[in-house]
Amino acid sequence: MNSYTTILQKIQKTTVLFALFFTSFSLANTKEETKSGDLKTEIKEYIAHHLQDAYDFSLFSYTNDKGEHVYIGAPLPIILWDNGLKVFSSSKFHHGESVAEVDGNYYAIYHNKIYKTDANGTISYDDEHHPTNAKPLDFSITKSVVSMMIVVLIMFLLFRNLAQSYQKNGGIATGVGRFFEPIVLYVRDDIARPNIGEKKYKKYMSFLLTVFFFIWFLNILGLTPLGVNVTGNIAVTFGLALLTFLITNLTGTKDYWLHIFDPLGSSMAWYAKVPLYIILIPIEVLGVFIKPFSLLIRLYANMQAGHIVLMSLIGLMFIFKSWLGSPLSFGLAFAISLIEVLVALLQAYIFTMLSALYFGFAAEEHEHH
Amino acid sequence: MEKLIEEFSFGLFFWQTLLFVGLLFLLAKVAWKPILTAVEERENTIKDALASAEKAKTDMEAVQADNKRILKEARAERDALLADAKKASTQMINEAKEAAKAEADKIAAAAQASIEQEKNAAINELKNQVATLSIDIAQKVLQGELADEKKQQALVEKLVNDIEIK
Repeated sequence: MNSYTTILQKIQKTTVLFALFFTSFSLANTKEETKSGDLKTEIKEYIAHHLQDAYDFSLFSYTNDKGEHVYIGAPLPIILWDNGLKVFSSSKFHHGESVAEVDGNYYAIYHNKIYKTDANGTISYDDEHHPTNAKPLDFSITKSVVSMMIVVLIMFLLFRNLAQSYQKNGGIATGVGRFFEPIVLYVRDDIARPNIGEKKYKKYMSFLLTVFFFIWFLNILGLTPLGVNVTGNIAVTFGLALLTFLITNLTGTKDYWLHIFDPLGSSMAWYAKVPLYIILIPIEVLGVFIKPFSLLIRLYANMQAGHIVLMSLIGLMFIFKSWLGSPLSFGLAFAISLIEVLVALLQAYIFTMLSALYFGFAAEEHEHH
Repeated sequence: MEKLIEEFSFGLFFWQTLLFVGLLFLLAKVAWKPILTAVEERENTIKDALASAEKAKTDMEAVQADNKRILKEARAERDALLADAKKASTQMINEAKEAAKAEADKIAAAAQASIEQEKNAAINELKNQVATLSIDIAQKVLQGELADEKKQQALVEKLVNDIEIK
């Protein structure tokens, strides 16, 4: 499977290369007349654009003979709450190039966010160059949401199929389930059991398994030329870490809370504890929030960084434009993408592992000394 | 940090949480519970099978030990039986030998006795015949000798002188 993924990865990388190659070719044709330094800015913008969520699912774009940008992909639904529900297709924005008019209201995309504007799409700024326009509540089905829906569907079909294969085949997995069963068992035996304990691990299993496969599949999807960067989005990792935070604290035992608010226990007289606790308790309370916060930042930063490095290396090829530099950066990009396959799994593992560790703290019940 | 907060999209967070929690509950019901139950059941089955195999092994060992013991006992018994039989046969042979010897002795003794008897009878017969013959001869001799008186007298005298009592 690993080699299979690698091969797939290789094919996909080549595809993305071609896509990028053709895009930049046409870009280069138009830009070469202006400035040579523009290519760098162009690549920088392309990377920044890729890292962000998008309102449409575009695979690649090019500039045609008439100098118009042509996007290959599909528009996605925009859902806004602005004194009533507004649902319309993202094609109305023309990839952020024009103002969308819905029920007499005008909306424009500025820095990947939807703002309410006038008919001309005027955006007014404050002193720090932040837009002052009203921002409607945005529940749009973005590219990341679509990617998550795909992963949700894949996971649902895959694991329901695995569960059913046990009944059909007398307790033995069949098909692709055979590959995933050992991973499920790994999560159970090497992540949940040692960290949470034999007695209580069962009630956390569903979350751990779901979060592990959800992150892993999204990470892998992020390596495909579809160009999605879901787990490298702070809102997504925040949502995942928030659940870990909630589960940890909602299932916390008496011992867990005692450990936070009375870490020294009965080992010291109360008057000796008071000065210590002025420092200790805030640290412990802070720890409750820092633990899940580290989860969200770690996953976000790792995936974001991976994508930046990979895209930059691919971008280098167009900057070098030489027979020596381009193959070199291709080799580098290829090597990095192999490492990214590992990182995809590793980050899923680390998130799950640390969640299990925190659940272990919450579930602990030790003898009172 | 400011950039991160600016980047945060509430809509995406909303959808992510909704989708993830939905998936969590759906999979918990449809997949994780049945998968983990099935795997646990299988593990228990394997554990039981291993335990019963171990038990069968120890049982087998006990049976084998039993068999060995029984075989040993049987062998000992056989040996004892053989020894007994040998002893009995030797005794029988000896007894038979002795009986045969006694019988032979008895037969030999009987034969000897009958030979003796026959011999004695034969001797007696011979003696009787010799006596008869002697008397006949004597009669004839006497008839010849006793033709005259003198001779008769002389003869009687002579005979009387000759007779020797044995």
